[in-house]
Amino acid sequence: MTADLLYTSVEEELRASLGALLAARCPSTRVLAMYDGDASLAHELWPAVGIDMGLAGLLIPESYGGAGATAREAGVVLEELGRSLAPLPFLTSSVMAVTALLTAGYSDTLPLIADGSLICALAVPLGSCASPIPRTVTIDGHGLVYGRIDRVAGLEGAGLLIVPATGADGEHVLTGVRAEAAVREQVTSLDMSRPIAGITFDGAPAQVIARGAVAETSVQEALLVGAALLASEQLGIAQWCLDSAVRYLLERRQFGRLIGSYQALKHRAADLFIEVETARAVARYAAATWADASEDRFVASALAQAYCSEVAVHAAQECIQLHGGIGFTWEHPAHLYLKRAKADQVALGTPGDHRATLSGLVDLTM
Amino acid sequence: MLESNDVTADLIAQVSAFLSEHDPATTDRFEFLRARYAAGLAEVHYPAGDGGQGLPREHQKFVNDAFERADAPDNAPGLNVIGLGMAAPTILAFGTPEQRARFLPALWTGEDIWCQLFSEPGAGSDLAGLATRAVRDGDEWIVNGQKVWTSVAHIARWGILLARTDPDLPKHQGLSFFICDMTAPGVEVRPLRQLTGDAEFNEVFFTDARIPDTDRLGAEGSGWAVARATLMNERMAIGGNVPPRESGMIGAVARTWREHPERHQPGLHDRLLQLWVEAEAARLASSRLQQKLAAGQPGPEGSAGKLVFARLAQELSALEVELLGDEGLVYDQWAPSDLHAFDFIIRNPAFRYLRARGNSIEGGTSEVLRNVIAERVLGLPPEERPDTTVAWKDLPK
Repeated sequence: MTADLLYTSVEEELRASLGALLAARCPSTRVLAMYDGDASLAHELWPAVGIDMGLAGLLIPESYGGAGATAREAGVVLEELGRSLAPLPFLTSSVMAVTALLTAGYSDTLPLIADGSLICALAVPLGSCASPIPRTVTIDGHGLVYGRIDRVAGLEGAGLLIVPATGADGEHVLTGVRAEAAVREQVTSLDMSRPIAGITFDGAPAQVIARGAVAETSVQEALLVGAALLASEQLGIAQWCLDSAVRYLLERRQFGRLIGSYQALKHRAADLFIEVETARAVARYAAATWADASEDRFVASALAQAYCSEVAVHAAQECIQLHGGIGFTWEHPAHLYLKRAKADQVALGTPGDHRATLSGLVDLTM
Repeated sequence: MLESNDVTADLIAQVSAFLSEHDPATTDRFEFLRARYAAGLAEVHYPAGDGGQGLPREHQKFVNDAFERADAPDNAPGLNVIGLGMAAPTILAFGTPEQRARFLPALWTGEDIWCQLFSEPGAGSDLAGLATRAVRDGDEWIVNGQKVWTSVAHIARWGILLARTDPDLPKHQGLSFFICDMTAPGVEVRPLRQLTGDAEFNEVFFTDARIPDTDRLGAEGSGWAVARATLMNERMAIGGNVPPRESGMIGAVARTWREHPERHQPGLHDRLLQLWVEAEAARLASSRLQQKLAAGQPGPEGSAGKLVFARLAQELSALEVELLGDEGLVYDQWAPSDLHAFDFIIRNPAFRYLRARGNSIEGGTSEVLRNVIAERVLGLPPEERPDTTVAWKDLPK
């Protein structure tokens, strides 16, 4: 195993500039406002991150106007987006939808995504694993789609929905449907920084992106790359939770001592540090295997979700406990991270789903 | 300044020249190894004149590979782990030229096995509180006391000894570091039996044992600084190469699962998969740590790897016994074994289950390692330490 698990200087520069931008423009109070119905942050932030920094087309080849970067750089971006909970369509559009389109060999829309004029969303329920591909929509002989998909993420601002559908003879058909042709039903979501919605198609006109095995593989790849890179977002969440908890342990006094001097709390922080550093290695490995098209990328994706999603949830829970009462308030941002971490744990397959996948991949079946 | 590749090429050329003068097939093993040491090809990062050439450590593997290709004998590093991993770096850092010349050649060849005389019945985690006394008597020191958990003491020629030379000073300041002749009168080694039935370790008793002052390593009273350097090397030595996926304990358990389909059960299956995930994650983490060290970014995170290793070894070995059911209840032998290998995979699952309990105690308890991470990595406040400023003799014992 020779994958480079460290960060290159280019990756560190990307992290620094994105981190600085998010620190200035994405305060947790604005994320919190999303729970009270104010989604303006997402609309303000995307032009700066997606267009000015060019991250909308990070994974799109340069020939289509993108940056031609790899999963490694996308992972670094997701770490920073996780750390700040920035409500942006990077994972859903720039990673997953782009992967589906690239795998399908459907390049028409790529320049539009790259220049920031189009946001796409892969229309699968949050919670989907790569296998089997969920399909609740049909496409008829006239190219019209019918059906309903619940709990889709990344619809905010999306112009084009990439919809896995079933054709007349049961064939996989990957379709593109303009967002305004679908009826969207917003859901009050556990994680309002990545809200979910239901969409209904009642004879919406669709363009065919791919058919058959290519259609199926395109969605699978999107879900697998998504799973591999979601681990980096989870790492960013966990890192924020650890940093925040340690900061608090160093300022809060009880019984005349900094609470960070109590072993009961120090040991929990130490265990959390180990988990975060381990998650970093796992997330870097997953990103590297996809960047290198390594044979091990399927194991790496399942491993990344089985491990990193648990770490993010645990870190968020520990962050709240180590903060005591203030951690349980609406005012303190810790709960925003708990909600994202829990939603992420389910988002692209639960840890149990991914352990089941692994058992087949590494010959440890029941 | 030579480029790294040129250095490697030059070293390989040196090995070839050496081999043309010392045929490994016809030369006595130790004679061959002594000549290799004298030629500066023992460890290239050792200084010139002391078995090396003062080169970066990363070149050593090319030298070792070149000797291995020629079927040359090696110095059996697995048999002298403490000598090579702890004593040698300490002697190189603190030894006089005379001490380096006297001790290092036979240490490196493996003719002299070394042991470490640090822990005591009353000083485990709190090593600096140790009570073994060394009292000056002219050009010698007279040593009395007891050490414990001393592996290979029964076959060791030399030991590195930490002893109290001034009980009137606070605990860390009154220690000195010695090289102890294990064959000297007054040094008695007794095997220490563990809960596994085995006796991997020993107790060492000192009764008026005499050590010449010329065998003191570092200044009188600087023993703690010398010992800390030794222990840093222990952490480095534990690192090493990252083994492939499913090495060690997880490999044994995964094999057992595959070989016993009749024992498959959902609860065991999910525990196995959870541990597989954690073991693989830990392997990647140690791989990342190695990459950081290689890139010149060392850190105290090594403690984390040891902590995780201990927990996984315990959980995996416990699972394996359950996986095997009644077969897991068979113990290979209660009589002390002479298999003093560090690879416990050669013993049976019930043995591994018992042996793994020691993993979170030996070489720093998991609790002490959590303190290390909390304080040195996360910058959390140190423990309240009422013991560091008073004379050692006045501490409650």
